[in-house]
Amino acid sequence: MSIVVSNISKSYKTVKALKNISFEVNEGELFGLIGPDGAGKTTLFRVLTTLLIADEGKATVAGYDLLKDYKTIRESVGYMPGRFSLYQDLTVEENLKFFATIFGTTIAENYDLIKDIYVQIEPFKTRRAGKLSGGMKQKLALSCALIHKPKVLFLDEPTTGVDPVSRKEFWEMIKRLQQKGITILVSTPYMDEAALCDRIALIQDGTILQIDTPEAIIKHYPKAIYNVSADNMYQLIESLKAYEHSHSVYPFGEFVHYTDKRTGFDPKQLKKYLEEKKLAGISIEITQPTIEDAFMELAI
Amino acid sequence: MKQFRGFVIKEFYHIFRDKRSLFILFGMPIAQILLFGFAITNEINNVDIAVLDHSKDATTEEMINSIAASEYFSIDQFIEREADIETVFKQGKVKAVLNIEKDFSQKLIKDGKAYVQIITDATDPNTANTIFNYVTSILQKFQSSKNKSAEFPYQIVPQTRMVYNPELKSVFMFVPGVMTIILMLVSAMMTSISITREKELGTMEILLVSPLKPFQVIVGKVVPYIFLSVINAIVIVVLSIFIFKMPVEGSLFLLGLESVLFIITALALGILISSIAQTQQTAMMISLMGLMLPVILLSGFIFPISSMPFILQIISNIVPAKWFIIIIKGIMLKGVGLWFIWKETLVLLGMTVFFIGLSVKKYKIRLE
Repeated sequence: MSIVVSNISKSYKTVKALKNISFEVNEGELFGLIGPDGAGKTTLFRVLTTLLIADEGKATVAGYDLLKDYKTIRESVGYMPGRFSLYQDLTVEENLKFFATIFGTTIAENYDLIKDIYVQIEPFKTRRAGKLSGGMKQKLALSCALIHKPKVLFLDEPTTGVDPVSRKEFWEMIKRLQQKGITILVSTPYMDEAALCDRIALIQDGTILQIDTPEAIIKHYPKAIYNVSADNMYQLIESLKAYEHSHSVYPFGEFVHYTDKRTGFDPKQLKKYLEEKKLAGISIEITQPTIEDAFMELAI
Repeated sequence: MKQFRGFVIKEFYHIFRDKRSLFILFGMPIAQILLFGFAITNEINNVDIAVLDHSKDATTEEMINSIAASEYFSIDQFIEREADIETVFKQGKVKAVLNIEKDFSQKLIKDGKAYVQIITDATDPNTANTIFNYVTSILQKFQSSKNKSAEFPYQIVPQTRMVYNPELKSVFMFVPGVMTIILMLVSAMMTSISITREKELGTMEILLVSPLKPFQVIVGKVVPYIFLSVINAIVIVVLSIFIFKMPVEGSLFLLGLESVLFIITALALGILISSIAQTQQTAMMISLMGLMLPVILLSGFIFPISSMPFILQIISNIVPAKWFIIIIKGIMLKGVGLWFIWKETLVLLGMTVFFIGLSVKKYKIRLE
């Protein structure tokens, strides 16, 4: 086990940020924490990187106790905070060199670990970090978090505020790092990224709702889910919400995802109801649930 | 050690890339010392005065000449009527008017006394006072030179001698003060800002999750500023010696050592401030309000401590600047050695140890 968290709770002055959190991450696993802003993801990361002390509960990271061995943990984990936290007035190369030095290593020593990532930003190595684009900043931050060859890597919302192309590239990099045997704990508010993890924990309001592989979470989705669309989206959503048998209604791209309370649901009935509501261009088709559907179902 | 060196190098990058701060860092001492040295001064020089001479005889002419001959005054104009006194003051050019009564010589000879009225523009009370004193002393000199021939039963002649600053140059008073302000400001404000900047930008988070030890971070932050402050101290001393002819009677080496001690005191205060402040702005405000004001008001730099209310005299003891000003005045003007200032040095040393201890203890190894 690379990370073992048991019954961790943490409160700030007025808010309970983490409530009795427990989970385990296997060696070499890519584990995702999926949840909206304010769910407690960052607090959990700070507890696990020894930056905050939990009020209750115990945890080990890479086999070391959070409280007792915090110094050892600090040497053996890589942490990339959610906010860009490098020196903006230092160049790309100087940042990397600085982090290599304070971890007692050199760029050359661990170059093969960061090579894939660093070659992409190497052409800009004399540019100041503050002048990089969002995607490049994240690549540099990842390089800096990796430079000392950590056993466990903590990535707190690494793709927030990054363009879709860079996001995709970033996840490919994370996957490659996993193949090198690094345990990775990553958090994201983007549900579509969840499918890329080995296992995920759905987290909301400081509580873990479910832990499983993304496939299993989708498979266990209890209801049939329908893509509903019509010419007037706003009126459609309002009508669906007003429908006496509706269980959940929320917009999903160009469709509305709809589930029904009844077990023997017939889409024809719904269509008839919507037609009565003077909606045109109605289409109702059954579809595959996604992580987001699962999350919404659990979060209700 | 290598980690530490890497950290210090990084700090120097920060300092040298922030052109604005760098300009303040080195521009401020020079600007301040020149300002205080040239512009802000208690001395008077070539003050324009007007004369209303009602008698216009040989004695008054001699008297007026003796005033005009001094470097302090120059006669701007002669006026003829009492009503003009008001006018020339309102024009604002002259700061004083000498009103000599009618038949000055005759009265002097006949009655043994005659009147000269000194009217000064007291919109600036300090200058008015100084002008009055200077004119009076010139007139007294003039009188005693006249009396030499006359037989006088007895005479008290006070002989004054100003030691350590015989020419009463105010720059001698300002240099130690300015040096103290600058060292305090550069050291305390800059370190507290540079530490809180790491907090504000989130880099502190990464530094904490690294094998760097707390004292390495603190000392690493401080070392570059010790270096810069020493350069500043040297610039100030060189400027004051060569431009203002400020003497350094005592040992330069001792002056250097005491300055380094004071710099470390200020740095320790800066670290302490950064452990309280969360943002650069707060750090700057605390440094300015909490350090600058006491340095200016309570250190004896501008207002003498001995004439303060008792309670402020007590408070002034906890202002490190007070002790440093005593020390440098001693070394530069009186030329004393360590034997005469060991008490002040010990106080500074004690304060430094206390501040460093407190800030190491307050340094957080975690967030919150």
